[in-house]
Amino acid sequence: MKQGLFKILENKELAPDVHQLVLEGDTSAIRCAGQFIDIRLDGHFLRRPFSICDWTSSTLTVVYRTVGKGTAELSEYQTGKTVELLTGLGNGFDTTVSGDKPLLVAGGSGVPMMYALAKELIAEGKQVSAVLGYRTAADVFLANDIEALGVNVTITTEDGTLGIKGFVTDAMQDMDYTYFYTCGPEAMFKAVHRIAATSGQFSFEARMGCGYGACMGCTMETKNGYKRICKDGPVLVREELIW
Amino acid sequence: MVNTKTTLCGIELDNPVIPASGTFGYGSEFAELYDINCLGTLSMKGSTRDPRFGNPTPRIAECAGGMMNSVGLQNPGIDAVISTELPKLRKVFHKPIMANICGYSLDEYAENAAKMDKAEQVGWLEINISCPNVHCGGMSFGTVPENAAEVTRAVKAVTTKPVIMKLTPNVTDIVSIARACEEAGADGVSLINTMMGMAIDLRTRKPLLANITGGLSGPAVKPVALRMVYQVSQAVNIPVIGIGGITTAEDVLEMMLAGATAVEVGAANVADPFACKKIIDSLPAVMEKYNIQSLKDIIGGAH
Repeated sequence: MKQGLFKILENKELAPDVHQLVLEGDTSAIRCAGQFIDIRLDGHFLRRPFSICDWTSSTLTVVYRTVGKGTAELSEYQTGKTVELLTGLGNGFDTTVSGDKPLLVAGGSGVPMMYALAKELIAEGKQVSAVLGYRTAADVFLANDIEALGVNVTITTEDGTLGIKGFVTDAMQDMDYTYFYTCGPEAMFKAVHRIAATSGQFSFEARMGCGYGACMGCTMETKNGYKRICKDGPVLVREELIW
Repeated sequence: MVNTKTTLCGIELDNPVIPASGTFGYGSEFAELYDINCLGTLSMKGSTRDPRFGNPTPRIAECAGGMMNSVGLQNPGIDAVISTELPKLRKVFHKPIMANICGYSLDEYAENAAKMDKAEQVGWLEINISCPNVHCGGMSFGTVPENAAEVTRAVKAVTTKPVIMKLTPNVTDIVSIARACEEAGADGVSLINTMMGMAIDLRTRKPLLANITGGLSGPAVKPVALRMVYQVSQAVNIPVIGIGGITTAEDVLEMMLAGATAVEVGAANVADPFACKKIIDSLPAVMEKYNIQSLKDIIGGAH
């Protein structure tokens, strides 16, 4: 983990209530996809955790949904502004266990981190597929970018306005994969957990206090004991979940 | 050169800054970031006899000027703390530590205190009779003077280490609780633990915290903490540790002027992992700015 100042290079809307933030600063603490960052916002006591969509040695991309007061204020931050970050938080995904045909399954704000993960898996020479779920066609974001990495992308929408009508699990049924990685809302997690054909990793969201394992605010009970989502997670493996 | 030293129950501290229990884990997360030997001491996460998961999540909520938590004393149980966490801490922290203990009965407080009494690394016992997030035990011992005195006596009977009673602000008269602890033999008191509060989620129209209520901490509670430290330190002859909303070296000086011998920094650690280090690093310059040569000279100076 590192604390550092980052400059905003870009902060633009990608889809309704979804924004892309590009920051410039020292990203050397980030080890792998699935880790997260904490941004300090003006006038707020606690930081806000965000998944990492992409990073280079000097830039960091975060795609976030405006869900509350903090993220709504963040969406108003202008290019050139400096923000303080904690980077390299959490365990991240383990790609060594993926086999040669990993499947990425994501819904809504779970989609962004799949970009970084897909990049990593493709670089390892794997044949990557993804099922990305959205409510409606107008909500779709990042699907083209993930496809452009060389990923075989299937889109599902709840209302059928794009891709397969239904949920991500409807598209997963007939797919051939060696392992899966998923991020999305809890209802989606439980459905994926129920029908998945292989082992896999789940990246959890939580209301966090510190983000670095000190306050025990975001603990979850697992078969392997109590896990702090911020420090022992956010990625947990299918076999340890109590569902 | 200014003198930042202070003496807490006979043990000298290099400076008065102590991370508060429950906001610093067992120190290891912070030891990865900086040398935590710069701290005066640290108060470990509270230990109970049995392992506890704590309360359901969400158990953290932000609010203006601070935060609320309803963690509910998550800990692996005192035996695991002694066998696993203390040896790990010994590698990264070389000063006497403060062991925070909680209980659900007088017997449990005594049993836990007796176990920590044997731990050579432990310099002080801080007895939590003020946790607002557990339904029996915890705060129920700290809201009635006679109950607080009973816990004090039970713990004092089994340890020779200094006993510091951690008090709740959720009472009509904190002075009477502090006096009862002193009369029962307490070597010090620490205050304040968090204030009971709550948050409502407009979308669900329900309390945001799964436990419904939580403990408020952060800069919002500092004026209450200053007032209570001021009142208690005038009423007792044992040292008072000031806790509540400290985020800067200036806050430390204010708390000591109010009557604190040392201070604990809580919520600030949750907002910034370097909070304690930043306070300690800036303390000498801020002391010079206000013409303070020795911290010991200003304790209770506002009385």
